[in-house]
Amino acid sequence: MITMKRRIAGLLLVACTGVLLVACSEPPARTVPTPVTPEGPGIWQTIMEDQLHDPAGPGATQLQNPAEALFYLPSAYTGNKVRWAEAIEEGYIEPRASILDNNYQMQVLDLDVIRTRTAEMPMVLFPHKKHTIWLECGNCHEWLFKSKRGATRFGMFDVLSGEYCGRCHGAVAFPLLECYYCHSVKREELKKPVTELQMHK
Amino acid sequence: MTPACLNTHNRHPARCFLQGSMLVLALFVLLAPLPAAAEYGDVVLNKRAEKAGMRPVIFPHWFHRIRFRCRVCHTEVGFEMRAGSNNILMADIIEGRFCGMCHNNKIAWGPQNCQLCHSGLPGLESGVRGGPSTGGPGKW
Repeated sequence: MITMKRRIAGLLLVACTGVLLVACSEPPARTVPTPVTPEGPGIWQTIMEDQLHDPAGPGATQLQNPAEALFYLPSAYTGNKVRWAEAIEEGYIEPRASILDNNYQMQVLDLDVIRTRTAEMPMVLFPHKKHTIWLECGNCHEWLFKSKRGATRFGMFDVLSGEYCGRCHGAVAFPLLECYYCHSVKREELKKPVTELQMHK
Repeated sequence: MTPACLNTHNRHPARCFLQGSMLVLALFVLLAPLPAAAEYGDVVLNKRAEKAGMRPVIFPHWFHRIRFRCRVCHTEVGFEMRAGSNNILMADIIEGRFCGMCHNNKIAWGPQNCQLCHSGLPGLESGVRGGPSTGGPGKW
């Protein structure tokens, strides 16, 4: 029994060291860079100190800092700290839809798709509208996602390894830390159980 | 020492709990994200740049998506949505393909401004930066 106690004490010690390691491995508190603009909260790295651009190079001083461009857009907690879809919808930005055809109009599709097979997580609501203001149909269909409902089978593992939704989400579009942005429909909110559901608005 | 949870002769709840929690801790240490430098979605292109004696190229997604929708580059220009899958030669750009479709002194500044793209720290590896949360688009 004593050896057991010793073992448990030893394991506890190791666990504590583990906790300490985790605490120490966190990046040291960075000094907040001075805001570039009056409203700029200084939450974006400057080009000079982003550990990516070479401060010694001639280009680093000529490039625009993210804070100068992003501070006035609708804010988020992760990613670029910008809610990009809202930035267009609310008229903050009007990115060009084409460089080949000045009259090109984005084909916006207002169709929500619910993915129901999400285990114990809330179901996933995919809003076509937020995606089609940025992308055209061919960017996702039919090579990555089939249009037929239920025809594309993938799981969170695929997404986390950069396939399907993970092609953009987790790299350029909002990060995969935001579980409930996608997993937004609770099962009990829907009156009757659904199979793969498409909601036409 | 054999793990207690796998050893059917020596199954003790406290030890199981401890070893489980240690496993979880170890996973946390392994999966702890690297300190996020760079802006989210920045792409480093260094397949050829440094071998050719230039600084690596830094492509800022945030800067471009204020001005262009995704489809412009990922349909009209033809960039595949996977870091590393686009073979971009400087000759292509000068002849008006890839970056050169806009960076031609008409829509955006032209390819004579070497330092504006080739602005990265020497030795950077190619891939998506700024704290990506998938192993995917960043992998080559």
